[in-house]
Amino acid sequence: MSACLDIANLSAVLPNGQRVLRSVSLAVQPGEVRALVGESGAGKTMIGKAVLGVLPSSVRLVEGDMLLEGEDLGRLQPKARRTLIGARTALIPQDPLTALNPSRRIGPQMTDRLVRILGWSGEKADRRTRQLLDEVQIRDPERVLKSYPHELSGGMRQRVLIAAAFAAEPRLIVADEPTTALDVTVQKQILRLIAALQREHGTAILFVTHDLGVVAKISQKVSVLYAGKVVEEADTAALFAAPQHAYTRALMAATPRYTDPFASLKPVDGAVLAGLAAEIAAADLAWRRPHG
Amino acid sequence: MDEARTSRRGPSPRLWLAGGWLLLALLAAIFAPLVAPQDPLAQDLMLERLPPFWLDGAEPGYWLGTDSLGRDLLSRLIFGGRIAFIVAFAAAIAACLVGSTLGLIAGYFGGWADRIISRVVDIWMAFPPVLFAILLVAVLGTGLSSVILAIAIIDWTRFCRVIRAEAMGQSRMDYVENARIAGYGRIGIMLREVLPNVVPSIVALLSLEMGIAVIVEAILSFVNLSISTDDPTWGSIIAEGRLSIHQAWWVLVFPLITLILTVLSFSQFGEALKARFDPVLR
Ligand SMILES: Nc1ncnc2c1ncn2[C@@H]1O[C@H](COP(=O)(O)OP(=O)(O)O)[C@@H](O)[C@H]1O
Ligand SMILES: [Mg+2]
Repeated sequence: MSACLDIANLSAVLPNGQRVLRSVSLAVQPGEVRALVGESGAGKTMIGKAVLGVLPSSVRLVEGDMLLEGEDLGRLQPKARRTLIGARTALIPQDPLTALNPSRRIGPQMTDRLVRILGWSGEKADRRTRQLLDEVQIRDPERVLKSYPHELSGGMRQRVLIAAAFAAEPRLIVADEPTTALDVTVQKQILRLIAALQREHGTAILFVTHDLGVVAKISQKVSVLYAGKVVEEADTAALFAAPQHAYTRALMAATPRYTDPFASLKPVDGAVLAGLAAEIAAADLAWRRPHG
Repeated sequence: MDEARTSRRGPSPRLWLAGGWLLLALLAAIFAPLVAPQDPLAQDLMLERLPPFWLDGAEPGYWLGTDSLGRDLLSRLIFGGRIAFIVAFAAAIAACLVGSTLGLIAGYFGGWADRIISRVVDIWMAFPPVLFAILLVAVLGTGLSSVILAIAIIDWTRFCRVIRAEAMGQSRMDYVENARIAGYGRIGIMLREVLPNVVPSIVALLSLEMGIAVIVEAILSFVNLSISTDDPTWGSIIAEGRLSIHQAWWVLVFPLITLILTVLSFSQFGEALKARFDPVLR
């Protein structure tokens, strides 16, 4: 069986020549949750955007392949690519406020997509939307469907977005730090909800986070990203049992533990970062040469 | 949250005062032949320079007095409102259609479309607007349609600039990205996702522009470049009033008050409507 998402040697550069992705390879198998973990600025969002075809215009992909259920996104015509991505993927975004159109009611925003993109009847889309609102434990769907986004709390908006993401039955969901913008108490509920829907629907998820605690809770596989480079990838359990890469170990040491919050507030070890920087600079140099 | 919303939803005096004056002036203009007490063109040398009703020497039926040719001032203001409103609506809508469309395209699509449109706007705005208007009318010829055309040609940039900036801001929002991921076409996203979010600003600008059109029309009438001089317009009444300011101040003061009230009402009405249209403020 082919992977749901297969990224091979993906590199991206900014106009000034700086590399933001460095030969990234990662795969997400059908029905699997792969966490993509790394510090802020590591390029996690960039990978998600590359897959979904919404990279900023300043970022250019210079090498590598992306296969979505075996289809090579790079070889498709733009229109066919959009259609494929629209039908097979969805995004659960970081900021649930700006991800909903402020001037449109929730109901039409959710059903529109099912009708227009997937060609469902209005009735079917409506039924489906209500079913999903129920699955994300929204108790008063009537009110929510009639609401404007700003009339809902952050947690409710994120539930709506999760429902919207699963409603179209995508094969792959990219979840980009879906709990980061939420209150701590709501974060856990939302995480549990995503996990439950993922199991129920068997959807593959590329789960972007900077939080190893979240990685442990939700994922089966994990890729550790540093400065646009995958430095380690492993089964989640194996990674926590025996991290191989120095950066992963440093990241773990820097992650607060709830049992001992004060002892653990230290930054990632400077010596490890210096070693990594040298390693990456050398790799960049080697990478540039054959490309001129 | 709820408190803030009810207080915003309650009757806003600004909306009602401004809207009330505009409605009154508009109805009076539409039904001018029915509501005007006198024929606005009828001259009567026996009745020249009658003062308004509360002063000695006033005549009943000539509430705001008469001008130096004995024409009834109130009736002239009411009939002058017809041209003012026709120009306001036609010119503002034309400027809005052109400016908002180009602004939306520039702001949403960016790239070369934005570069071309923004450059044209910059060049356009380098002309001083009043001189530009006088020049245009001189070229187009006087008359109602050339005044409307001149105002639209000059002022579409106001819409274009504001709507471009707003559309650009909206286009960076995640919901636009989400719509792209879902597979919506670019034009569909522009019309269905971005446009509704800039409508409140379009409404406010449209109303403001109507006020500006009233002023520009008055200025053109004042310098005798607008409609034929027989039909009363607020600008031409002001121009005549200026000549007889020492003998009959009311011929200058009342049209000025009418003009200022109308222009202020248009801008206030627009702002108040914007607050109502905006789902986040509403
Ligand atoms: N629109 C953009 N244009 C150019 N560079 C960007 C843009 N957005 C982010 N970057 C750069 O790309 C790198 C990766 O960013 P991002 O993928 O957002 O990181 P993460 O999601 O891991 O925090 C960062 O160095 C950031 O400065
Ligand atoms: Mg990010």
